[in-house]
Amino acid sequence: MSFLNNVITGISLGSIYAIIALGYTMVYGIAKMLNFAHGDVIMVGAYVCFFATGSFGLHPVVGVLLAMVVCTVLGVVIEGLAYKPLRQAPSLAVLITAIGISWFLQNSAQILWGAAPKVFTPVVSGGLSLFGGQLNISYVTILTVVSCLVIMAVLSAFIGKGKMGKAMRACSEDKGAAQLMGINVNSTISMTFAIGSALAAIAGVLMCSAYPTLMPTTGSLPGIKAFTAAVFGGIGSVPGAFVGGLLLGIIEIFAKAYISTDLSDAIVFLALIVVLLVKPSGLLGKYVPEKV
Amino acid sequence: MKKFIALLMAAAMLMALVACGNTSTNNGGNDTGDTTGDSAGDGTVTIKIGGIGPLTGDAAVYGVATQLGAQVAVDEINAMDSNIKFEYDFQDDTNVAETAVSAYNTLKDWDVDIIYGCTTTQPCITIAGETFADRYFQLTPSASSTDVTAGKDNMFQMCFTDPNQGVTAADYISEHQLGTKIGIIYNNGDAYSTGIAEAFIAHAGEVGLEVVATETFPNDKNTDYNVQLNACKDAGADLVFLPIYYTPASLILAQANAMGYAPTFFGADGMDGILTMEGFDASLAEGLMLMTPFNADATDDATVNFVESYKKLSGDVTPNQFAADGYDCIYAIYAALQTIDGLADMDHEALCDAMIAAFTSPDFSIDGLTGSGMTWSANGEISKDPVVVVIQDGAYVTM
Repeated sequence: MSFLNNVITGISLGSIYAIIALGYTMVYGIAKMLNFAHGDVIMVGAYVCFFATGSFGLHPVVGVLLAMVVCTVLGVVIEGLAYKPLRQAPSLAVLITAIGISWFLQNSAQILWGAAPKVFTPVVSGGLSLFGGQLNISYVTILTVVSCLVIMAVLSAFIGKGKMGKAMRACSEDKGAAQLMGINVNSTISMTFAIGSALAAIAGVLMCSAYPTLMPTTGSLPGIKAFTAAVFGGIGSVPGAFVGGLLLGIIEIFAKAYISTDLSDAIVFLALIVVLLVKPSGLLGKYVPEKV
Repeated sequence: MKKFIALLMAAAMLMALVACGNTSTNNGGNDTGDTTGDSAGDGTVTIKIGGIGPLTGDAAVYGVATQLGAQVAVDEINAMDSNIKFEYDFQDDTNVAETAVSAYNTLKDWDVDIIYGCTTTQPCITIAGETFADRYFQLTPSASSTDVTAGKDNMFQMCFTDPNQGVTAADYISEHQLGTKIGIIYNNGDAYSTGIAEAFIAHAGEVGLEVVATETFPNDKNTDYNVQLNACKDAGADLVFLPIYYTPASLILAQANAMGYAPTFFGADGMDGILTMEGFDASLAEGLMLMTPFNADATDDATVNFVESYKKLSGDVTPNQFAADGYDCIYAIYAALQTIDGLADMDHEALCDAMIAAFTSPDFSIDGLTGSGMTWSANGEISKDPVVVVIQDGAYVTM
């Protein structure tokens, strides 16, 4: 039974990584840049929902929607102010800028909302209790997995079909050629950031529902883990982010439970190295015909 | 136009540089012949106290508490009719040792007399080495490792040492028969948590406690504790000792509740503050015991006054024990200064020796918010009684 419990804990943690990784992989796939500020946009989304539901007493669904709106605007503004001027710059400059944005968001959050951790009220509480209480599955876990699957399906459909999706795929393959074909590369990339940031808001709310402490640095470590998950599954691939996230969560929990809590992070990264040695493009990196 | 602005900016920067250069040479000149006394004609001596602690980053909540707690005391003393006045500056170290050194250098340029801090252990170990070499008296409100004071005669602590807390906790649990099978969950990436846990484990056997599960997690950013809690549950632990800070502890309590595991939870002083977390469901902490030297709900005059003044400074945040330790630090420094003759003519080296002599003198004892009759040993460790409180109906109740 403790094995099953660990599997469920792993899925619960992994689904959080997966939903964050979706945002990473989406932005990387199209804009070809690592948006290290993604984790901090998640934190902003969680704060917005926290104040909407806590201080203003709004319904959690309204809170989530509000968080999505704020994060979308924030994502587009960040892209416009910080990344757009660097479109022709070397990728290293963009990477460093992203880290700068990450610090800027963390410190702004601290000035605005203080350093003291806040406790997030989960959007759904309770859970299923099976086998006379020996096995517990929280509704947040179920909601996260379902949201992941829905987002994955919607994203794949959006990118696979429709004009905007086609433009995104074209930008992903060759920005210069796409521009020559009459695609507005800048607005396509802005659109990508808007979608990625809206996903970040959802991820933030679900993450803080599962692990309810909220502080300005809340997004940074899950952000890095989720980035690992995205690489694990094949960065740029939407299903890859999902598989990578789940596997990473399960490996982390199993390493903690059966090997060593001290070494769990090392084991996770060891698994990543092994996967990259065998399949350099990540688990699903190759098999997806269109990179997202 | 752009070029003109750029030129203007460059000129402004150059001016700023020149200005900086001037100040630092002035300070350099002062350093050699400086005495503590900016003594005015009426015999008033102004002592510069320089604080160091994290005002930003993960540990900011502790740094800000120690900064404001001391500020309350400084304001009170400066308002008194006393011939000792304080100037107070607090520098951010972001809980990083290298930044703490820059903060310390900034304070030295400011002609600091006494160092108050650091708030956290790792930077404090580094700065204690510096102040020991430079001969500044240093008092920390909250850096509790024995490594902070080891081998440094100028370094004193206001808080309990970590091993001291571990031993006290084991004694207390055993004496009051709170549990026999003990599980421990601690942060083995943190000197504070590890220090308490190791001393607890070493002492538990001697007082008849059986440690059935020892679980660790790597840092305070860890969010999932189901594995550790399952291990304690499977081992049949009826009391889980949590020598950790309250942020991870709040997650542990929530996750234990979700899995239907309800042992007695027993925390150390890092647990203090859990009830002040915005949005925390206090029913999760019902029955939680912790050792803390300070209870903000206490009704004695000193505590009530302190809480009121602190809230004015902090924007209505309730002070925790870090703030109270900071407050006591300033009063301890004040009390020691009053015993020293000829303050006005002392440089910081002479002051350091005089302060050490004052703190270790047998008749030096402080009554403060975090204890009464507090005394210090020659190695800088404090002696005061721990207070164990239990949380009932969302408030501390002294046991």
